[in-house]
This record gives sequence, C-alpha cells and structure tokens, in this order.
Amino acid sequence: MTARDLVLATVRRSLGVAGTEAPRRAAVAARLADHPTGVVPARGRLAPAARIDLFARMVEGAAGTVECIAEPSAIPQAVAAFLRRHNLALAVRHGDDPRLAALPWERGPLEVRRGASDGNDLAAVSHAFAAVAETGTVVLVSGADNPTTLNFLPDVHIVVVDAADVAGDFESVMARLRERFGPGALPRTVNMITGPSRSADIEQTLILGAHGPRKLHVILAGSH
Amino acid sequence: MGETMAERKTRHVGLFVTCLVDLFRPSVGFAAVKLLEDAGCTVEVPRQSCCGQPAFNSGDRATSREIAAQVIDAFAPFDFVVAPSGSCAGMLKIHYPELFRGDPNWQPRADRFAAKTHELLSFLFHVCGVRAVAARLAATATYHDSCSGLRELGLRSEPRALLGTVAGLKLAEMHDANVCCGFGGTFCVKYPDISNAIVAKKAANIAATGASLLLAGDLGCLMNMAGKLQRDGSAIAARHVAEVLAGMTDEPAIGAPHAPSGPAP
Amino acid sequence: MTEGTSQTAAAAAPLGIAKAATHSASTQCFKGNAKAALGDRDLQNALKFVEVNFIARRQEVADRLPEFEALRDAARDIKDHTLAYLDLYLEAYERRMTEQGGNVHYAVTAEDARNIILDICRKLGARAVTKGKSMVAEEIGLNDFLDANGIAAVETDLGEYIIQLRHEMPSHIIAPAVHLTKAQIEGDFRRAHSDLPRERNLEEPTSLLAEARSVLREKFLAADVGITGANFLVAETGSSVIVTNEGNGDLTATLPRAHIVLASIEKVVPTLEDLAQLLRVLARSATGQEMSVYTTLTTGPRRAGDLDGPAEYHVVLLDNGRSAMLGGEFRDMLRCIRCGACMNHCPVYHAVGGHAYGWVYPGPMGAVLTPALIGIDQARDLPNASTFCGRCEEVCPVRIPLPKMMRSWREREFERHLSPAAARWGLAFWAFFAKRARLYRLATAVAARLMALAARGRGRFRHLPLASGWTRHRDFAAPQGATFQSQWQARRGAARGNADPPGEQGARP
Repeated sequence: MTARDLVLATVRRSLGVAGTEAPRRAAVAARLADHPTGVVPARGRLAPAARIDLFARMVEGAAGTVECIAEPSAIPQAVAAFLRRHNLALAVRHGDDPRLAALPWERGPLEVRRGASDGNDLAAVSHAFAAVAETGTVVLVSGADNPTTLNFLPDVHIVVVDAADVAGDFESVMARLRERFGPGALPRTVNMITGPSRSADIEQTLILGAHGPRKLHVILAGSH
Repeated sequence: MGETMAERKTRHVGLFVTCLVDLFRPSVGFAAVKLLEDAGCTVEVPRQSCCGQPAFNSGDRATSREIAAQVIDAFAPFDFVVAPSGSCAGMLKIHYPELFRGDPNWQPRADRFAAKTHELLSFLFHVCGVRAVAARLAATATYHDSCSGLRELGLRSEPRALLGTVAGLKLAEMHDANVCCGFGGTFCVKYPDISNAIVAKKAANIAATGASLLLAGDLGCLMNMAGKLQRDGSAIAARHVAEVLAGMTDEPAIGAPHAPSGPAP
Repeated sequence: MTEGTSQTAAAAAPLGIAKAATHSASTQCFKGNAKAALGDRDLQNALKFVEVNFIARRQEVADRLPEFEALRDAARDIKDHTLAYLDLYLEAYERRMTEQGGNVHYAVTAEDARNIILDICRKLGARAVTKGKSMVAEEIGLNDFLDANGIAAVETDLGEYIIQLRHEMPSHIIAPAVHLTKAQIEGDFRRAHSDLPRERNLEEPTSLLAEARSVLREKFLAADVGITGANFLVAETGSSVIVTNEGNGDLTATLPRAHIVLASIEKVVPTLEDLAQLLRVLARSATGQEMSVYTTLTTGPRRAGDLDGPAEYHVVLLDNGRSAMLGGEFRDMLRCIRCGACMNHCPVYHAVGGHAYGWVYPGPMGAVLTPALIGIDQARDLPNASTFCGRCEEVCPVRIPLPKMMRSWREREFERHLSPAAARWGLAFWAFFAKRARLYRLATAVAARLMALAARGRGRFRHLPLASGWTRHRDFAAPQGATFQSQWQARRGAARGNADPPGEQGARP
C-alpha cells in the first residue's frame, strides 16, 4: 500500500465511505464545475468611476501610492518623475508585456532594461492583469510579459493598471483568470499584491520594506 | 402552559439558588426572591444541590447526567426555573440538552427544561417586563460581565438598564468589562498562578474606574474579584447585582467583616 | 496519531539518514513553563502589546465590513463541505496539479514527510535551502532534521529567522517572535552576524529589519531549494496559496531551482470562489488587515517561455493524524485556517504566552490540536488550562467550538484516568454529595456554620488549608453562616415548597 493509498483509505474510513459512491462524486464534480459564488461584499459593487476611486483609496490605505495618467504615452515620464521625487536612479526593468513595450520609453531619461530581475534592479515596472477595488489589490501573473521576480527583488515596484481592468471584487478577477487561462488552469504564479512589503515582527512595530519592495506605486492608465 | 401563566400574570417560579449562593451568600437568594415576588411571581425552592458544572467541566459526563436528571425532576412542577447566575443558567439552558442529545427519553425533557430556564435578570427584563426597580443606593459602581452570561446567554444590556434605574447609583464602565476575571470554576484552583495573573488585571481595571462598588451577576466571579481586591488592601466592596436591585444592601459586602459600624457600602 | 509504515516513503528514504533531535515537546511541563512565563518581565511586556493591538485591529476591520458575520458562516460551511468530501477533493487537487507539471507526495507521518523532503533535496544536490514560514514544518521538526543531514535551511520570515537564531519554537502562529523585545533581537543579530561592523547602530527596529533584509537577500539568491507551507490548496486549479506580508515566501518560492510546498491534507478548498471567501476572513481575523500584502497562487513549475521560476514543483501532503480526526468529535478542529485570533483573545495566552504550551501550536487552537496530534497523555494540561470564557469561539472565523472540544479532551482524560489523583478524589467526594440532595443540604448546612465560625466575624480567610492555591493570592470570603436552603426551610416551613416535589419521578438515564 502506498502512502497515498493509506492516507485516502484512512480518510474514507473516518468518513464512513468507500469513495466510489456516485452521489458524492457528482457533488464534488458539480462544485468544481459550477464554482458557486459565496458572499460578495457590497463594497466593490460600484459604477466604474466610483470603483476606481475606491481602488485608489484602498491602495493608499495599504501604504501604496497612486496616480492617474489619462494618456498611456505619458507613463514613462510619470515613472521618471516618481523616481526623481524619491531620489532614485532613473533606471527601470520591465518584461515583454506589449502594453509596456509600446510606450515611448526612448523619449525619456530612463535607462530601460528588459527581462527578469537579477537582484540588482532598484526599480521595476509591471503591467497588472487586473486589480481589485474592494481591497486595493493589484493582480499580476507570471510569464515573460511580467516576470515574477520584478514584483519582489527591486526596491521599488511600479505597477501599471488599466482603469478598465479595475474590478470591484475578487470573484470578477477569478472569472477573468478562467477566461484567459482556461477552466482549471493557471500560470505558475498569480500574485495578489496589496501595498509594499512590511513586517511587524519586532515589538509589533510596523515597518515597510521587509524583503519585498519598500514602495509600491500604482499608475492607473486611461483614467482621470 | 407558559402562555396561560403569562396571561394570568402569576408566574410560578422554581428558584435554582446555585450552590455558591446557597453555601456562601444566601442574601443573594433572598434578593432574587424579593425581585421575583415584586414582579408578580410565586417562588418556591425545591430541594437542590448543584447544577453539575464542576463534574461537567471535569469531563465526568455520567455524574453530570445524573445530577442533571435530578434537577430536571425537581423542577418539573414549575413554569419557570430562574437562577441568579449566568454560569449556572448557561449550564441548565445550553448544556443540559447537550448532555442528553440522542436520548429518546431525556432529550425532550431536557429541551423543555431548557426552554423554561432563565438567568435572573434576563427573566425579570424579558419575561416579566421589569424595566425599573424602586431601590436606591448612593454609590458609584462598576459592572463585570461574567463570561457565561455574556457569551452563552447574551446578557449585557439588561443588568445595566436595571441598574440605571437605581436612584443615586452611578455606573462607571471599566476597561475590558467583558474580559474573563480568571475564576473559571475549577480553573482557579488547578492553575492558581495563571488565575491570579488574570484577576490582577481585572482588579486593576476595577480600581481604575474610581468606583466604590463592584457588581456582577455571578457569585463565583465576585468572590474571585473581591478576594483579590481585599488582598490588595482595596476598600472596594463587591455585591451581587440582585442585592442592589432588590434594595437589600444591609448585609456586609462579600468577604467583609460581619459587624459593620454603619450601612454597608 | 496515525501509525503504520508507508512502503513508498520507506523505499524513498536513502540509507544513512541522521535522526534529528527534533524540538521535543515540553507540553508535559505546562505548569512549570507557565510559572516561568508569569515571572518573565520581558515576556509580560511583550504580551501587553498582543492583547491591545491584535484585538483592536480585528475589531476595527470587522466593523468596516458589514458582511463579516455572513462570511464567517460561509467560511465554516466551505470547510465543512470540503472535509465531508476530503478524499475526493484531495484526488481532484492531485489530478489538477499533476496535469500542470507538479509532483505530489503523500506523507503518512512526520518522519515520512521529512524523508521525502530530504530525498528531493539530495536528488537536486541541494546544499542551501530557504524556508518560508510553515507551522507544519515546525510540527515535523524539519529544520533540525535537514541540518543533521548536512543541509542548511534558513528561515526567511523575519520572526522565524530571529527564533531560528535563538533555537526556539515560535510562540504565536502568526507572529512567531512576539515574545521578544527589540533589545533581545539586537543581541541575537550581533551574535549571529559577527562579520558585520561592531559599531553599527541597531537600536531601532528599522535598522534591525534593514540588516535582516540584506543578510537574507544573499540567502534567497543562493538557495538551491525553497520550502514553503501553504495556507490553502485549491482543488479546481491544483494551486497552493501562501498569505504573507514580507515577500520572503515569494522569494523562497520563485528564485531557487525547486520549490517544495509542505501542506497538511485539510488545507484543501474546492474552488477559487471558495478561496475568496476564506481570504476575506483570514487576514482580518489574523492581523486586522483587509488583505495581506502578498497573497500568491502557485501552480506547477515554470512554464515554457517563463523568464523566472523554479524548474521543479513538489507538494508534500501530510496526514500526521488528521485523517483520524475526521471520524470523531474533533473533526471541526480541521476547519482551522491558522489565523491566530483565538490566542489573540485568550486571557490565559495573555498571561503566559505561547511557549508555555510547549509545542508548535499555542493558545486555544493548540489546546485542542496538540492532544490530537501527540496524544492527550502527553498534553493533558493544555485543554485543562482554560476558564471556558468563550472568547476564542466568539472570534474564530470558521466558528470552531473550541471550549466544547477542550471539554471533550477532559472527558477523554477522565475516562482514561489521566487526571491527577487528588483532583479525581476531590471530584468524587463532591459528586457523592451533589448526587444526594438531602445529604448535600445537611452537609452544607454544617459546613457553612463551621466555616463561618472559623472566620470569627472577619468575613474572610487569608489562609485556607484545602484552598491554598486560592488563598496564596486572594482572600476567600466566608459563608454568611446558614445556608440558603436551611433558612428557606426555617422561614417558609414544611408547608410551602421544601417538600419533595410531587409529580414526575422520571427514570434515571
């Protein structure tokens, strides 16, 4: 008997089932296929403009910063301005995300490098898959477009979110993940990020910048 | 049967006096009787010992069931069972049905018994409709929420509402009024040092209110808190809330000497 | 605890495995531990913060969400549903995660899990391992075992890193170093980071954190294998989920060549929607945040075209007694999502802290889970050291009836005669009278008079021989003199109310 057999057999014995019962299998199959929605807070159920307001407020409440850029072409300048404001080197790394690649980086003073982080980047720019207004969370997926290491190794993480991608609640984003990756499938990593890294492990003093980025800056693109 | 009694406005109450009140402070029992009679109830006290909680919380289910059966039997003739203790009322109301779950003979009896059992202040307020008392006491008091009364029975606003009608009485809320005092029945004798740490915090919170009088609805909690206050040399007196509501505060406070020079605080 | 060997695990365990001295449980020393804790001034100061901060923050964030109570019900129901079908959800999870390129390993016992993980590390030629915070890893004593077998495993969560330096167990499941002062941590860093300049300033928490960040950054980048726990496993997608604030868990999972997840079997939830329900109550109940900074779903190894991520992804599914719990009165304990709210609200935990409980899981959840995992005979004090105040159950996001389960352990203990003889005798003596109301009334009437006399009008005792535990710290009020029942009999006479109640003389159960 393998360990697997033993564990499942003990589980079944404890539950008083054989495991082959059709109604049980049907119940589980149904829940997995139908993925019923539970309690969704009313908080995120807002019209788009109000939703974006809520999202921005929640990001700030989690010690992140937000700015709205109506024209995507202005994003590289906004990134440069942000770095300057914080006395940081004018250099960023980003992945192969076409939305970022299409931006006029060459017009600005920024030194731009592509790819995953090697641990020496001070600032990175990612494009979010979506965002969740109810908690001020940005959702990023792994891949060459937005390598996961950019979310964690640099000191500063700048996340571009399309205003149209700001959902009210988590369930909406989960539905979109299903649409994009297929039912039951996900990329290697889905990061749901709310504010910069922090720890309160020393005398319960809250400090930002534990192991991940010290700053999280959200650029809401296509909004006012 | 209950509804008919309510219509006739005479409620026949069996008083579950509680073992601590019975042994240590009968004046609480007499205060309860007065409050119940003033509210139009007739009160009788069948022979009784204990609700069985010490056995129950020590894991002795057999003894608990035996005692519970006796209590249910003894109180069978009454429309209502009333106890001046959240912890005993919780035992009777919440845990007796648990003890007999699945027993075809006793479960229905336990359920009926539980349905007619009430903590004293809850009974006065919700069943008898008492909203004010005629007592007067010039003092500043603070009220401790005993855990069972609060969390098992939802008792919180009723004591405060009724105390608010005692002429001359000011209520000062303590910090963490709803936090355990560290009594916990057998806990305080099994883990006395931890119990002491918990009651020390409670005593500090009581003293910080500036009140001269500590009130609660459970004698176990009161003896624990009073004992700590006295050992600390505090002059704060402790009484059961029923005594104040019944205007029966001539007896010495809990743990106080028996020959007071004047009216007790 | 599940006995029995597992052929696969045994076959996988290579020869020459050094047995580790795992953190031995000191659950037998609760009273001694508690006494030491009560006298530890640094600990008592630290515990004050626990009491004030965690409770207020949870209340604030709960007040801000009108649906919070409904979400607690939903979370409880999701866990109950999953447990009722756990075998099928484990199979579904396994199928999905294997399809996505992951490797599943079932472990019946702690030893099996340790051996599986060591085997994976050895196959990879791993020397350096980074670890995210995992209570299950503490449960199986993983670090010491790897260390004894020549593999250095570094804790990367700041609190866990600090206690690893001190060779201590965590004292809280969310904030493992909550019992330490800043000064103690500075002392540990100076000792451990001896190559750094001695005159550096480490007075402020910010400087301590900065130092940990740079020391651990090197470890993250050098690690061959990263080991994390899992807050949840999602059957629908075959994903493991970690909920953190520091980013260390994600660096542990992303940078090395291989990522190993160690998760106990009850972590499974069916769907992403179910995950959302549980996430909404987890951070709120734990730290008073609406969401933790990093909530990460990990599914399989890196994909073709990915620029980062581990080439291998392994999930070790640990039983270690949980499957047995499913069939009994402690099943509801498997709903636990390890938020720590119960211990944050517990007056006993506030008094003695987490180490007093002697093992990985402290507070109310520890009092119920520890006996289930290591046996009630090893941990009898834990479910006994409770006043049953009920605050734990009041705040548990999945509504586990913790006091009731502690009482169930006391019942087991009573049945097996494990309680101290003095307690049994005391209870038996009391029960003899309590079961005989007439005799009880007589005996108490006598006792009341005797005690009142002994108090000589002072109204209280400063010392009471049979209650020395009480009178060590408190005065003990004397009886007023005559019991209520004897006074009632005297006042009302035999005519009213003190005769045997007529009517039902129901059969004793």
